[in-house]
Amino acid sequence: MTTGNLGADAKSPLVTEELRELIGHDWPPVVLEVDRPGIRMWARAVGIADAIFYDEDVARSRGFERLPAPPGFVGWPRARPGDPEPGPPIRGLHPALTRSVNGGTEFESVSPILAGDELLATTRIVDLKEREGTLGRMLIVSRETTYRRGHETVATMRQTVINY
Amino acid sequence: MEAPGDVTTRQVFAEDAAPGLEIPELVKRCTPRQLVMWAAASGDFYEIHYDPDSARSAGLPGLVVHGALKHAFLGQLLHDWVAPGGRIVTFGCSYRGLDVPGEDLRCRGVVRRAYEQDGEHRVELEVWIEDPRGVVTTPGTAVVALPSRAGGG
Repeated sequence: MTTGNLGADAKSPLVTEELRELIGHDWPPVVLEVDRPGIRMWARAVGIADAIFYDEDVARSRGFERLPAPPGFVGWPRARPGDPEPGPPIRGLHPALTRSVNGGTEFESVSPILAGDELLATTRIVDLKEREGTLGRMLIVSRETTYRRGHETVATMRQTVINY
Repeated sequence: MEAPGDVTTRQVFAEDAAPGLEIPELVKRCTPRQLVMWAAASGDFYEIHYDPDSARSAGLPGLVVHGALKHAFLGQLLHDWVAPGGRIVTFGCSYRGLDVPGEDLRCRGVVRRAYEQDGEHRVELEVWIEDPRGVVTTPGTAVVALPSRAGGG
């Protein structure tokens, strides 16, 4: 239903030589700030009720110096209006594929992320594949982001983004 | 009775986590409001999650639940199971099917394997979200570390 958006290029491979060269290349790192309101806002949006994400006394009583980040939360970039999204573009890597759906997420925690942390996030594309599916011709983008606090890697996120 | 979100009154231990054990289920029913809250909390403002016209012009039946929110639901499922003394090591899932607001999403998990690594008692689980028709829209896997009754991580 969506192959029409490729127009005259319908036969040429989606993973062009130009795109293939992006694989393995680190995008410029981005600073992420982990703050208490951000932690609480994330926990509220998910619906996690555990007081450890809201109340510092509870966090301390359970062994954390400051509020811990809920599973998967890595803080906020210092983006200004109009700034490009950090890391590789979520959609539009191939100019004809302007829409996207999320294919998958895997989060690995090495060390707890806490309120007050500043993390350095570095993202790279680890794989690009073409596939044909219910959304038409799709570009499957596998991305990996490493989150560091100083020299310590605290977490890794692997994401699959489907462009169509 | 345990208050909602009160995870301090009980602890699951490594010795309890035998292969085949199903962990307590978490049921989520999203509203458009929750999707907007998630957009703000996560920074994902893609319009298909709160603007029905945009969703339809992207070829979707209507508003769809963010994949990352379903991932976070699985994070909650696991957190509520392992807290207060355990920790989530990894949790991941694939978004195989779309989920929509207004339906009960059953977040579930089953223990597959228990082992020791890096001085921790680790448990590997199959986790997933299924829709009200029993379709697994979001299959995944996870590893958690649990305390031991004998003491130690």
